[in-house]
Amino acid sequence: MSKRDLISIMDYTKEEYLRIMELAARFEKNPNQDLLKGKVVATLFFEPSTRTRLSFETAINRLGGKVIGFSDSHNSSVSKGETLYDTIKMVSNYADLIVIRHPLEGSARYAAEVASVPVINAGDGANQHPSQTLLDMYSIKKTQGTLDNLNIFMVGDLKYGRTVHSLLMAISQFENPIFNFIAPEELQIPKEYKIYLKEKGIRFFEHPEFTDIISEADIVYMTRVQKERFSDPMEYENVKNVFILKNRMLEKTKPNMRILHPLPRINEISRDVDQNEKAYYFQQARNGVFAREAIIAHTLGLD
Amino acid sequence: MKDSEKNLKKLKVSALKNGTVIDHIPPKFLFKVISILGLDKISEDMITFGNNLDSKAMGSKGIIKISNKFFEDDDINRIALIAPNAKLNIIKDYKVVEKKEVHVPDEVIGIVKCFNPKCITNQEDIETSFKVISKDPLELKCKYCEKITNKDQIFLK
Repeated sequence: MSKRDLISIMDYTKEEYLRIMELAARFEKNPNQDLLKGKVVATLFFEPSTRTRLSFETAINRLGGKVIGFSDSHNSSVSKGETLYDTIKMVSNYADLIVIRHPLEGSARYAAEVASVPVINAGDGANQHPSQTLLDMYSIKKTQGTLDNLNIFMVGDLKYGRTVHSLLMAISQFENPIFNFIAPEELQIPKEYKIYLKEKGIRFFEHPEFTDIISEADIVYMTRVQKERFSDPMEYENVKNVFILKNRMLEKTKPNMRILHPLPRINEISRDVDQNEKAYYFQQARNGVFAREAIIAHTLGLD
Repeated sequence: MKDSEKNLKKLKVSALKNGTVIDHIPPKFLFKVISILGLDKISEDMITFGNNLDSKAMGSKGIIKISNKFFEDDDINRIALIAPNAKLNIIKDYKVVEKKEVHVPDEVIGIVKCFNPKCITNQEDIETSFKVISKDPLELKCKYCEKITNKDQIFLK
């Protein structure tokens, strides 16, 4: 049994992505198994994230494991000033696997160095959230049948959206993707990602708003545009309605196209989209449980 | 100028029999170089150093002469971030047998703080570690938070 952490999406190879997705598919068919019988998994959420935590805890429970942990560091010895080092060393004595969400970047990488058990990064500050990327990829593969030759539209806050950055880098490992970025100028995809795509010879296009070009999309990945991200609040007022997806905008889109959103969504996807068969964001969240079951199995070497 | 004044203006040190001379150190980093190379821990062999000396090439420079000490490339390259133009003269039997330059290494461990205030290394007692993803312009990628610290953002620990 080999210990394998999951800290950053780019730590994993393309083969590992495919392996996890294959496992996720198997878990989807058969989500309740005894794989984690006798095992304890620690979910250490130093900052709250109900969705991710519940998703991981469901995965652990469905695999027959037991959960320990905390959902807010204010209720733990961390509030007394205990270092992350000490917390991880201590929990390594109790649990067979650690899932960590922490507000500081690099915290998961450090936890993995300190821990004697595998560590899964459930989000470290604005840095990585690899389980989200894997469930996004699983959702895309399920609905498109492949991760090759896809036209991926990314909409909203592309500057600060860590899920957007991760997904972009992961999909870039596959054949012939095209990226279309729809975002306000201030929140467009950062230069370093454009350089990354150029170096890999991957085509991408930037748009300041939705246009008919959305008819070419295989995937529309929506993210929220937050007021706090704008240096000028007036600019936010100008653009806040430009990046809202409405049902009538989907008329000319391809039958295989699916709309993804890492959630929570506020108003960027209009409620009238929910009834459209192309709305996939709730199934996407459901896929999260299977993807996390796969990740857990893989990190514990139980696959 | 009288001879006695001229003599006072020269830096008088005994010539090194065997050892290393590190020349062309930016004056503001002389003591940092001493610290990075652990020269402040040497208790036996003779060390001479001078700072704010006139330099044609740099205007002003620092210089260190260490007896009986020879550096591996990995060690000496650790000063490349703060003294990129440093020149080494390796002395054996009073003669310069080799001249070396320093080169920015592929990894930097310790020495530099991560520029990201939200990096875990700025909160806990952790040795920083960077991959040098570009030498010119200098770009250091933090192993932990994965953000880039560039030349203008370099603060020494």
